[in-house]
Amino acid sequence: MALLEVKDLEVEFPLGRVTLQAIRKVSFSLERGERLGIVGESGAGKSVAAFSILNLLSRPGRISGGEILFDGDDLSKLDDVEMRHIRGNQISMIFQDPMMTLNPVLTVATQMIECLKAHRKISTKQARDISVSKLKEVMIPSPEERMNSYPHELSGGMRQRVVIAMALLTDPEIIIADEPTTALDVTIQAEIMALMLDLCKSNNVGLILITHDLAVVSQVTEKIMVMYAGRVVEEGATHEVITNPKHPYTRGLLKALPQENTAGSRLNQIRGTMPSLNALPKGCAFNPRCDFASSECSIVVPKLEGDDGHHTACIHREEIPPFKSELGKA
Amino acid sequence: MINLKSLLNSDLVYRFRKDKVAVVSLAIVFVLISCAVLAPVLSPFDPYDLKSIDLMDSEIPPIWNEEEGDSRFLFGTDPQGRDLLSTILYGMRISLTIGFFAVLLQGVLGVTIGLLSGYLGGKIDAFFMRLADIQLSFSTLMVAIITLAVFQAAFGAELYSELAIFMLVLVIGIAEWPQYARTVRASVLAEKHKEYVDAARVIGMSPMRIMFRHIFPNTLSPILVISTIQVANAIISEAALSFLGLGMPVNKPSLGSLISSGFEFIFSGSWWITVIPSFFLILLILTINLLGDWLRDALNPKLYKD
Amino acid sequence: MTGSKNVPLVNILNVEKTFGDGGGFLSTAQPIVNALNNVSLSIEKGDSFCLVGESGCGKSTLARTVIGLHPPSKGEVHYQGTRIDSMSAKERQPFKRKMQMIFQNPYASLNPRMTVAQMLEEPLKIHERGMSKAAIKEKVEEVMVSVGNDPAWRTRYPHEFSGGQRQRISIARALMLDPEFVVADEPISALDVSIQAQVLNVMMDAQEKRNLTYLFITHDLSVVEHFGSKVAVMYLGTVCELADVKKLFDAPRHPYTQALLSAIPKIDGKGVNHIKMSGEVPTAMDLPSGCVFHPRCPYANERCKKEIPILLDNGNTKTSCFAVEEGRI
Repeated sequence: MALLEVKDLEVEFPLGRVTLQAIRKVSFSLERGERLGIVGESGAGKSVAAFSILNLLSRPGRISGGEILFDGDDLSKLDDVEMRHIRGNQISMIFQDPMMTLNPVLTVATQMIECLKAHRKISTKQARDISVSKLKEVMIPSPEERMNSYPHELSGGMRQRVVIAMALLTDPEIIIADEPTTALDVTIQAEIMALMLDLCKSNNVGLILITHDLAVVSQVTEKIMVMYAGRVVEEGATHEVITNPKHPYTRGLLKALPQENTAGSRLNQIRGTMPSLNALPKGCAFNPRCDFASSECSIVVPKLEGDDGHHTACIHREEIPPFKSELGKA
Repeated sequence: MINLKSLLNSDLVYRFRKDKVAVVSLAIVFVLISCAVLAPVLSPFDPYDLKSIDLMDSEIPPIWNEEEGDSRFLFGTDPQGRDLLSTILYGMRISLTIGFFAVLLQGVLGVTIGLLSGYLGGKIDAFFMRLADIQLSFSTLMVAIITLAVFQAAFGAELYSELAIFMLVLVIGIAEWPQYARTVRASVLAEKHKEYVDAARVIGMSPMRIMFRHIFPNTLSPILVISTIQVANAIISEAALSFLGLGMPVNKPSLGSLISSGFEFIFSGSWWITVIPSFFLILLILTINLLGDWLRDALNPKLYKD
Repeated sequence: MTGSKNVPLVNILNVEKTFGDGGGFLSTAQPIVNALNNVSLSIEKGDSFCLVGESGCGKSTLARTVIGLHPPSKGEVHYQGTRIDSMSAKERQPFKRKMQMIFQNPYASLNPRMTVAQMLEEPLKIHERGMSKAAIKEKVEEVMVSVGNDPAWRTRYPHEFSGGQRQRISIARALMLDPEFVVADEPISALDVSIQAQVLNVMMDAQEKRNLTYLFITHDLSVVEHFGSKVAVMYLGTVCELADVKKLFDAPRHPYTQALLSAIPKIDGKGVNHIKMSGEVPTAMDLPSGCVFHPRCPYANERCKKEIPILLDNGNTKTSCFAVEEGRI
């Protein structure tokens, strides 16, 4: 059995007059040490999917169906006390903006030691030593001195490294990273992604990377799941999905990249916008924007099907011509 | 700008209807304000007409007191023989008038200073904010007491009692402008850095136009919220001043001066002269505050309530 | 001053910009930030001039200085040969018609309390006093349609629109006065990938139809490669490299440009292969001496620590680098 198995997850947001269905029947699994990317644009539900694993949905959001099996236990059924044993301990999370994750009035040392002592019965000195060693692992120079710094004294890249170090403190089995480099500059992003890749490989830690950046996900993950309007539309091995996308949405995303278009020409765009959750089209949510849609598409909700681990939720997937990517050749 | 239909269908109104406390508070406030506005129509007697007052009618208890209650006077009479119900209605009218106009004055003064201070910054901002600091270090009541006492001595009691409403509005209005100025300034500082302000400057709009046409409408939410509370505060301040004898004169009482004039009788048995006006004052302040609380929560987009 | 072929449309000469001061009697001191140091650029008519760099490099500050949101501390900005940075607000007014700006944040660049119609009519009301209501309405509709906006949007408020739609409304607002020069400050960075393509297409259409010149600020080099004609790479308030887009991407010479280009994530599944720079990014509050890039540069020597290099032609691009100048790389 996989380390983490999410089956038919459903998440809804009851908001007074309407109830929004943020996630519908999403399933995925993660083996020990495996790296999964969840890709989608804003509103697709990728962050919601990740947050629901750790039951961190902001009220009034709640899990309304499905199971989240971690080592056999259903996380969605655990109460708060049991959940705290998992959060930050066996499953850690890294958020987008390091300035928001770190408490600005506490030193790095305080935050890291507090995190360790919450989950382990060790002395402060031991906690400090472990913290320093983790800071070394994330390649922060002069870690002993850095322990006494406040977050605002560190640069954006360093802060994110501290956050990664904190996520590794308890030697978790899975790290969930929600857009960890979106707020960072390109050169820092490259360093952080390289670091995360290294650490996950050497510590055999599973990674769930949530991002909208197809390039970043292709560098770091082994398998990938593309989400649209709360459903998974395509999943499979990363290299396979990116060089040979079968779903019109994934194709559209790749074709819209400037690298895929001749310089100076108009970019291939996907017409229209992602529908908001309270106005989803009938049938396949993507059909109004799809160049390959037929009348059946607005009636039937397609299931994820396919072979060799590459699944697509599209009834026309066999008829769509293969995607000739400029990048796959490099 | 916003038409009535879309307002009634909006989330704000929906949340309002769900919150029983807010609905009840609004209903009560509405009733009290209507009574005050319609005082001349509703009150059985005119408390300012000296001819209709008979000293023999003084200190008659409320109607539910079987022995001495008089059917003419629902809530009894005060030491001068005035019908308490009528006096309360007129008194509320005065309290609300002072509350409303004082807040209007504070608002206009405070919002203008806040806008200029926040947008122009620099020395103007520094000057006004230090002025506000100095003024806030004196409590409103203290400033009001000193000012009104001086005026009362200077003008003499008679002239003073004619100008009392005007003086109260002026004093409470000027004493409280820092509240508005600070709130608006905080909003302006936040809005000033938003790109729509930059866009307005790039297009070539004058600072005045930007301040009043662009930034000001975006500072309305906090202004609205503190306005309700400020009305309540103004009414309380006036009541306190009147209680101390520096507010409305005894012959044109507000709720506060009514409470004051009945105070000495509270232990000698004529409790209704103080207690009943107090009840109405508390009701008014409470419901205004509850409405203000609700408004503040409703306009705060980050709070989710089940 | 009529030979527009020879006179660049916008000329930025030795601009420096410093923020902050030591404080005064009634106010607290602000730290001094050297945002721009001796920047000189010239933008020709019809250019899609891209300004790239990472956070803190000063690209936004430069954009705002050019458009007049704040005056340069030193140096000059010229528009078609006329010096505009020292003009009073009144003198500058006619130039505001020709120079407009599009901003980064679609959620903050539209006034939440104004309808689309009010926002789009306002520029005309300010600059074209004599225009009738009907004429204004017609012009607004024409511009809206040209950027792909539905004229029915007039009566709606910004919060009813998505990020991409708001950005298109911002573009319409910038085009209302028929400008010649548009500064776009990271106009697509805050948008989703598929929407970025839409908005970029709208901007390219507008450029073709209206013969616009763009100063396009971005951190996304793939957009530069696709859309730009010329590019300037900035680091800590200084221009490191200036070139035609194709030449820059073919053969970047400045060490920072090379590191930047290598850091762009590529979809090739080969993991992360970037040129590593040493040290951390310094802030503009504490500029390094000499060449601002020297603390992180693998090729820095003693001269780099003491003297500030200037932009020189190296045959292919223009770089401000002693290593390139001395032929070391």
